[in-house]
Amino acid sequence: MKLTHDEVKKIAKLARLGLNEAEVEKFSVQLSDILGHAKMLDEIDTSKVEPIAQITGLTNVNFKDEVKNCVVTDELLKQSPQPIHNRMIKVKSVF
Amino acid sequence: MINLSIAETHKGLKGKKFSATELAKAYLKRIKETDGKLHSYITVTEDTALKQAAEIDKKGKFENPITGIPMNLKDLICTAGIKTTACSKMLENFVPPYNAHVYDRLLGAGAVLLGKSNTDQFAMGSSSETSYFGVTKNPWDQTRVSGGSSGGPAASVAADQTCFAIGTDTGGSIRQPASLSSCVGLKVTYGRVPREGVISYASSFDTVGPLTKTVEDAALVLNVIAGRSERDATTPDVAVPDYTKFLKKDLKGVTIGIPKDYFEQGVEKETVDTVMAGVEVLKKLGAKVVEIKLPLIKYAIPTYYLLVKSEASTNLARYDGIKYGHTVKAEELEDIYIKSRQEGFGDEVKRAIMLGTYCLSSGYYDAYYLKAAKVRRLMKEEYDEAFKKCDVLVAPTSPFPAFKIDERMDDPLAMYAADTLTVTAGILGLPGMSVPAGFSKKGLPIGMQFMANQFDEGKLFHAAHAFEQATEWHKKKPKL
Repeated sequence: MKLTHDEVKKIAKLARLGLNEAEVEKFSVQLSDILGHAKMLDEIDTSKVEPIAQITGLTNVNFKDEVKNCVVTDELLKQSPQPIHNRMIKVKSVF
Repeated sequence: MINLSIAETHKGLKGKKFSATELAKAYLKRIKETDGKLHSYITVTEDTALKQAAEIDKKGKFENPITGIPMNLKDLICTAGIKTTACSKMLENFVPPYNAHVYDRLLGAGAVLLGKSNTDQFAMGSSSETSYFGVTKNPWDQTRVSGGSSGGPAASVAADQTCFAIGTDTGGSIRQPASLSSCVGLKVTYGRVPREGVISYASSFDTVGPLTKTVEDAALVLNVIAGRSERDATTPDVAVPDYTKFLKKDLKGVTIGIPKDYFEQGVEKETVDTVMAGVEVLKKLGAKVVEIKLPLIKYAIPTYYLLVKSEASTNLARYDGIKYGHTVKAEELEDIYIKSRQEGFGDEVKRAIMLGTYCLSSGYYDAYYLKAAKVRRLMKEEYDEAFKKCDVLVAPTSPFPAFKIDERMDDPLAMYAADTLTVTAGILGLPGMSVPAGFSKKGLPIGMQFMANQFDEGKLFHAAHAFEQATEWHKKKPKL
């Protein structure tokens, strides 16, 4: 299988990741290689296997639901490169 | 005093042979003299180290073995007021407002911070070459890599630029550089040490653990950093034993499993011979050795990268040029995201985002992500069976010793191959430890890997310590 330039551009758009033309070409080759390599997993029959994601077997982990002060709110706001308005990060209008 | 282990340094501090300040100064001097050659450090926190050491000296109490001991943290671990870059352009100027929980625990025990050490960008890589700030060179041969992603932590411990270091291991990022640079590297069970405040790579894999000069030292550090955290919901309430209690000189009653399949994954003959010679040492110490079949190792690399890159692509979505990190000015909001990410991320990170996004996208999810998550289950069943037959598995850590700088950078699959023997412990949340086990003809370190079942770190300490004490490899130091 080979990923076309259009497919690579579509994934980049989904990921909100800008790529230049050279990167589109490079990733079309490299991702094709990697995904081709991954097809070896098809050799394993997994038709009756449940997937696993939490490896130590934890299920719901609940902490006490209580109000706490966030002591670093202002410092976190200072991290933003965007303008701050009324202790909120101001972003460009999307409409 | 910089060539001492934590345990030996502790004796020196307690016996007033030297002060914490003198100790910190000795390490800072060593960093100044040698880091031009190695580049283990991204930030040296001289003022912080001297201030912390002075406070320790003022109190004059060295009750915890870690008190007054100099360390560095991989630059993924948040330190309030001190830059934490993930070795990326994205976070080049990021100064966290809070400490990672693991750093708080170490500070609580009185450890002294020498600085932040180098890593592959966002921990993605096996050589530290993807660091935005450049590679960490191998202390034994500066034309070669120190391994990765925790290349800085490993090289700095091996070269006595710190007494110990804290790294992270997702698929080998502590054990593989420890093997390539010659130090002890411990990957803990998933959830044994809190990850809160540690920049995420793949959240169902990531672990935090020590790189040290001896196995005993790793036990001393783990005693401080292990245990359930209110700040990390994935840390189970499993009791933390005193890990030093497992350190014994013989291996009577211990069954060591040798997974033959591990030795057939493109492992160089010299590495095979070195590890098999190590197995003979284990036998002499009284261990029973059995052969174990683990054929799914053949599928470990694709299973690993499909899952890890998928998780990474979602974790990295937070870097959008809005809340923190690198940003680019643009008219449209979406262009801020697209351009900030284009400029802020390096090649390997972009590749992870692309691969992960593809594997999670509609139409491909079942064939890639879900398929790998099912193989993960099958692998778990295979290892559950294996640990009914043995206490500890022993294999090489890396298929080959340190490779040349640039040798694997253009071929992602060749770079992934460096992790062939370490990714499984990541996939299954198992603890693993790399211990120095010999040198190649070219004088490059070769590590031996011990693996145990979840939360059986004690068994690793037992077997690895006995092996280390019966050999001299850990005492060899690089000439710089």
